[in-house]
Amino acid sequence: METRKIITLLFNIISVFVLQATYAQDKNKDVVHDFELELQSEYRYFTDNASFQGQKDHFPSLAIFPEYNIQWNKGYDGINFTGFFRLDRDDNRTHWDIRELYYQKANNNWELSIGLKKIFWGVTESNHLVDIINQTDAVESFDGEAKLGQPMLQFTLTTNIGNFEFLYLPCHRKRVFSGEKGRLRFPVVIDKDDITYESSAEEWRQDIAFRWSHFIGAFDIGISHFYGNGREPLFTFDSFGELNAFYPVINQTGLDLQVTHNAFLWKLESIYRSSKAQDFFALTAGLEYTFSNIDGNGLDIGVLGEYLYDDRDKLALNALQNDVFFGSRIALNDVQDTSILIGGIADIESSSKILSIEASRRLGSSWKAELETRIFSAIDDEEFILSNFSQDTFLRLTLSKYF
Amino acid sequence: MNFFKKNHKHSTNFLIALAFIGFTHAQTPEERGLEIAKAAEQADLGFMSSTVELKMTLKNKNGQTSERSLTTKTLELTEDGDKSLIVFNSPKDVKGTSTLTFTHKVGSDDQWLYLPSIKRVKRISSNNKSGPFVGSEFAYEDLSSQEVEKYTYKFIEEKDGLLIVEQDPVDPKSGYTRRLVSYNKDKGYRIEKVEFYDRKNALLKTLTYSGYKLYKNKFWRAAVFNMVNHQSNKETQLEFNDYNFDANLSDDDFTQVALKRAGN
Repeated sequence: METRKIITLLFNIISVFVLQATYAQDKNKDVVHDFELELQSEYRYFTDNASFQGQKDHFPSLAIFPEYNIQWNKGYDGINFTGFFRLDRDDNRTHWDIRELYYQKANNNWELSIGLKKIFWGVTESNHLVDIINQTDAVESFDGEAKLGQPMLQFTLTTNIGNFEFLYLPCHRKRVFSGEKGRLRFPVVIDKDDITYESSAEEWRQDIAFRWSHFIGAFDIGISHFYGNGREPLFTFDSFGELNAFYPVINQTGLDLQVTHNAFLWKLESIYRSSKAQDFFALTAGLEYTFSNIDGNGLDIGVLGEYLYDDRDKLALNALQNDVFFGSRIALNDVQDTSILIGGIADIESSSKILSIEASRRLGSSWKAELETRIFSAIDDEEFILSNFSQDTFLRLTLSKYF
Repeated sequence: MNFFKKNHKHSTNFLIALAFIGFTHAQTPEERGLEIAKAAEQADLGFMSSTVELKMTLKNKNGQTSERSLTTKTLELTEDGDKSLIVFNSPKDVKGTSTLTFTHKVGSDDQWLYLPSIKRVKRISSNNKSGPFVGSEFAYEDLSSQEVEKYTYKFIEEKDGLLIVEQDPVDPKSGYTRRLVSYNKDKGYRIEKVEFYDRKNALLKTLTYSGYKLYKNKFWRAAVFNMVNHQSNKETQLEFNDYNFDANLSDDDFTQVALKRAGN
């Protein structure tokens, strides 16, 4: 298995740095170790009868997130590790990953990272167009914010005309889709190995990416480009009507911009993606306004509005073609960090709506409870992707313990 | 003011006259207040950079406590406000959450938040001055860099070696009408106590500093800040440990790249 090869290679690289760290430890006593562990129990309940055969309604699950950091040279050198394992009723959702395992060195105005790492690019809330470096862990979360660790060499140079970030990505990781028992899937269970590559080098295509980002007063701007195996598979039908799914070689240019003015955040993300099979443009733009400390006790209420556009129309994998997002973020700023995010995405051209509530609260000092619900309402049968999820309204409860 | 423009000769004479009066008469309370604030700023000039470990203890009106710990790095700038980087070490569910702040003497501060779970840096609004910092009795404005330009001043009195100065925040978004600050003249103008008056001009909070230590023979730093809210009867104590003035930090340690690094 290719993944195993990557991991073996990485462990070899990392062990060299661990040896270096041990050596540094002898010279310099300021080596800081840190081990953290989160244990999470989760229960997902899908309230409607399943659309497809084999799908279940109840999903009890357990997950473990170990984290280990070692730093030396006053924190300018270090190794970070974040692991992940989930046990779930859906076989494909039972999975493990090395989210991060990298060596990092910083020196004045540059920083270098080697290993598996997670990078986030972007500013908007309802959709993350510009964020392309890591493959989405599609079975882990619905919002697409869970990501697989991406092997990389990342070099960042900070100058007075902005940050220049260069990424070399030696291999690609495939997206995993729900298994037979799982919800939020298509009528056919997609085996990740059935999805092929346009590139003859397949997952070993050597990919590159670049981002320039800068802030000038109220403006935070980023311009990025990615050239390599796309993170989203492309679904096409051949002349015999057979489904053909593959990862195309893409060029994607992205722009992210935020203007922060008093309590207003104005946000824009836009991409242009081209490949042999498909060229398209997509945009998310909107604003966030926060009424802060309303009651004199710390209550913050934020209102969010975003417009989402995608050229791909019905073939868009994320189902956001011409939609409007409205939301409200409520933060109590209390001792237990209670917060609630309520939102809804509505299709402008059809009746389809997705409503969501996410809430979290710390219990005591080392526990945390989270609640998430996604309601699929009046999903139009014409929706290429979303129509499959019309019965997948769910409620998710998690309880985490931190060690 | 027009008088000066119309008649320069007269104005010169008038200024000389004023200077004479100045020698014999005390300055106005406003001038004295500003002078004290500037003297306090002057006394703390040249620390360059520092790092410190912070333990925050929140106590509610029933005496139940909860704790959090943070690491703070500060870079002194003279032409503009200081830069600071704060990293949360506990509670564990927010471990690694960090903020980067560029304080400005005039205008709103620039601030970024790093969320380690999704590796995201967010530029956030610094509009919220009066809101509580992580559920504590400290408002954001209480913890931001104290630049002279952020207040207008009025000297009130000298009592037991302490100079009491009233400070009125310039920013209309401040949660206070005024603060009464007690400076210790003989100890490098260090602050011993601050009383905060809310928007209705009622006494809201009292902050007392204790366990002062002199670092590098020049910089007074308190080991404990204790904030008592008189209206809610809640309390927050900040305990500072391991002050380090030899970290030799530079602008490169206060960037978005450094913010991400600090939170991992």
